[in-house]
Amino acid sequence: MNKDDIKLSASSVNLWFGKKQVLKDINISFPKNQITALIGPSGCGKSTLLRCFNRMHDLSPDARIEGEFLLEQRDLYERGLSVTEVRSRIGMVFQKANPFPKSIYENINYGLKINDVPKEKRQDIIENALKESYIWEEVKDEMQKPATRLSGGQQQRLCIARAVSLRPEVILMDEPCSALDPLSTLKIEELIVKLKKDYTIIIVTHNMQQAQRVADKTVFMYLGEIIEEGDTNTLFSDPKNDLTANYVKGHFG
Amino acid sequence: MIKKLTSVIEWSTLLFSTGIVCLFLIIILWDLISKGAPSLSWEFVSTLPREGMTKGGILPAIIGTVLLTMITALVAVPFGISCAIYLNEYASDNWLTRLIRACIRNLAGVPSIIYGLFGLALFVQGLQMGTSLMSAGFTLGLLSLPYIIITTEEALRRIPASTREAALAVGATQFESIIDVVLPSALPGILTGVVLTLSRAAGETAPILFTGVAFYINNPSGFLNQEFMSLPYHLYMLSTQHQAIEEVRPLAYGTALVLIIVVFLLNLTAFYIRYKHSKNE
Repeated sequence: MNKDDIKLSASSVNLWFGKKQVLKDINISFPKNQITALIGPSGCGKSTLLRCFNRMHDLSPDARIEGEFLLEQRDLYERGLSVTEVRSRIGMVFQKANPFPKSIYENINYGLKINDVPKEKRQDIIENALKESYIWEEVKDEMQKPATRLSGGQQQRLCIARAVSLRPEVILMDEPCSALDPLSTLKIEELIVKLKKDYTIIIVTHNMQQAQRVADKTVFMYLGEIIEEGDTNTLFSDPKNDLTANYVKGHFG
Repeated sequence: MIKKLTSVIEWSTLLFSTGIVCLFLIIILWDLISKGAPSLSWEFVSTLPREGMTKGGILPAIIGTVLLTMITALVAVPFGISCAIYLNEYASDNWLTRLIRACIRNLAGVPSIIYGLFGLALFVQGLQMGTSLMSAGFTLGLLSLPYIIITTEEALRRIPASTREAALAVGATQFESIIDVVLPSALPGILTGVVLTLSRAAGETAPILFTGVAFYINNPSGFLNQEFMSLPYHLYMLSTQHQAIEEVRPLAYGTALVLIIVVFLLNLTAFYIRYKHSKNE
């Protein structure tokens, strides 16, 4: 892969929670404007790896991280780089939709406010972010309604809008559809595919059909290690490793 | 058949217990209202006591209790909530934190008279604040702190990690995530704890006994550096220490009723805030 095409990468990453090693010698890179799926059985470390990139482990005192994380050429854990800047460049969508207990408007406005986006620009940004996340039509008349009254799928799209409103370069998605019904899942998947022209997306998923539907590249992890990675179609149709083969065929998981 | 019978027994035991509790509550309220209501009047709540407490009102005691509760709140609420935030959000889970937490829980079990003696030693004598509204308020503040810390911590613990992460993920600092997202979500729980604690403090007698309360003062205004009257102490004096106990009994009931009303109003405020909050959820 050409160096300019790599948006995000990690090399020689080891991570421990207390004495337990959760990630073992991870080397991986994520191509720009593509969707990469991280798959693997529960507890294989895929969410843990994902959360390294926006430094979500910073507040867990028992997490110890070794290795290098690069956003283009910038070290994400470099001293001079503030964690808030990392998080405004690398957005995140969580497993369970977690809108703030505030109004729909305020849910997006809050991120803009704390990132010092001038007031007069916010209205347009909020509207665009909601349109970009295909939820604008559903909420435009009730922007002051509490976000918690939206349906699960709408809440998750609002959370995506919240992430894109900050114009990040990368969006991390941690099983964004695992709590949603098939119809809402479909909507989110369509949205994810549309977002890839502007963002680099990494999605953790349990759902192998989902990985095949949305991802350009797929990475299979097992017990904290990367077992196999590659083009999604190849990985699913012609896995090189036996573990991968067994997993994608549904023999364990 | 047996199963049905046991379920009826279980159900009726629970109902019976609930009934007993409610019964006592109703008897107490009925007793207080029926005997206290006749002495309630505008004069009763707006004038000074006269003729050795046998006539007149209880205005100084009302003012004293209200001011005392406010000072208690000013001392206990900011420190208590800050301490709970520190313990729950910042402190790492090590032996020191666990020791501090255990101490706070033990403090909540210390009898209130001990706080009274401590207040006497520290505020009245040590810091030379004399027997005064301030000394008593600080003492009650100390008494209330552990309850506010414990209830606030419980309320914070109920906020899921995903809510905090939502704020962090859009670039909030830990402090911003706490102030802007966590605290507002935990507000109803915190408020319940604060109000229950303050209602309890408003009814305390022992801690203020040595630190500032007086049987009688002849002006209604409460100065921070002066002794004051308070409803629970007034009630105690009227019911057990007065030279004409039978004569002042109606006033004692009236005082009790006023005390209950003050506490009830406090609860009502909290209820209202919680209601407004739940409408925005």
